[in-house]
Amino acid sequence: MHELGVVFHIIDQVEEVAAENDVTRIDSVTLQLGEVSTVIPSYLTDCWDWAKKKHELLLEAKLVVEKIEAVTFCEDCKQTYPTVEYGKTCPHCGSGNTYLVQGNEFMIKEIEAV
Amino acid sequence: MGTDAVRVIEIKKSVYENNDREADKLRGELKEKGIFLLNLMSSPGAGKTTTLSRTIEALRDKFHIGVMEADIDSDVDARRISDLGAWAIQLHTGGMCHLDAGMTRQGLDELTEKEVDLAILENVGNLVCPAEFDTGAVKNAMILSVPEGDDKPLKYPLMFSICDVVLINKTDVMPYFDFDLDKCREYVAMRNPNAKVIPICAKTGEGMDEWFSWLENEAKAWNAR
Repeated sequence: MHELGVVFHIIDQVEEVAAENDVTRIDSVTLQLGEVSTVIPSYLTDCWDWAKKKHELLLEAKLVVEKIEAVTFCEDCKQTYPTVEYGKTCPHCGSGNTYLVQGNEFMIKEIEAV
Repeated sequence: MGTDAVRVIEIKKSVYENNDREADKLRGELKEKGIFLLNLMSSPGAGKTTTLSRTIEALRDKFHIGVMEADIDSDVDARRISDLGAWAIQLHTGGMCHLDAGMTRQGLDELTEKEVDLAILENVGNLVCPAEFDTGAVKNAMILSVPEGDDKPLKYPLMFSICDVVLINKTDVMPYFDFDLDKCREYVAMRNPNAKVIPICAKTGEGMDEWFSWLENEAKAWNAR
């Protein structure tokens, strides 16, 4: 259900950009999605394919999802590590004093349009 | 260029950007009208109804209170709110798992009409989606109840990172749940060093005065012109 709400927000923004650029048809919409952004890509695509049918500009539009790897930084040993594998605890020194540097992004990168 | 030439239009914007802009705009209007809006979040069963009821009772002589409820899972019924002396305002989410700034705006006219100066938005009962969408509220609060566990801040980091205040409710049952308050404070601070943690028991009233004065001070500071 979260994915559907998010799709509505994407469509609103894409339509806004389309209007500014006199677009008559959108072929694809590319998103950049962090690994830990709470959005599941396959659900997102399903919601997209359902919702796009209600928008004339988007009837043919394919959703492209580029994944951004989640990386966490350790304040104590100043090293980074993959978040999905190790979570909040640094695998180098065992500290929990860590924060996410990338991986929660949810961006609309670009559209291909006519 | 032919009429059918495909071009790439760069957008590079967060999916949440439009909502963030709407939320800022709404906050500006609330400021102008002298309405303090608190976004209250929690898991289902954390004690939102009881906490809200006690809060209305404590502050109803100082503020015109309005409670905005989401239709999807409102657990505070409108009649109870009215009986306590606050306005109940219904928002329509269309079944969504979160409230966004556009939905909150639905209640703005009614808040204005009823001269509400302290509004509480009862968000949808989950700890994931509501954290992603700025509702336009002035402050964010969440209720974490003791049975949910002291490690909840580790499981829902985003929720804790956006909260100005975390109420730890049902402190009366702490001995039965191996709930470590110090550890919980530490976990909250890891995600958000600025969050204020207030242990409360809405049922017995323990700790509630600190919460009431926090809310009163924040609302008065916002509404002062």
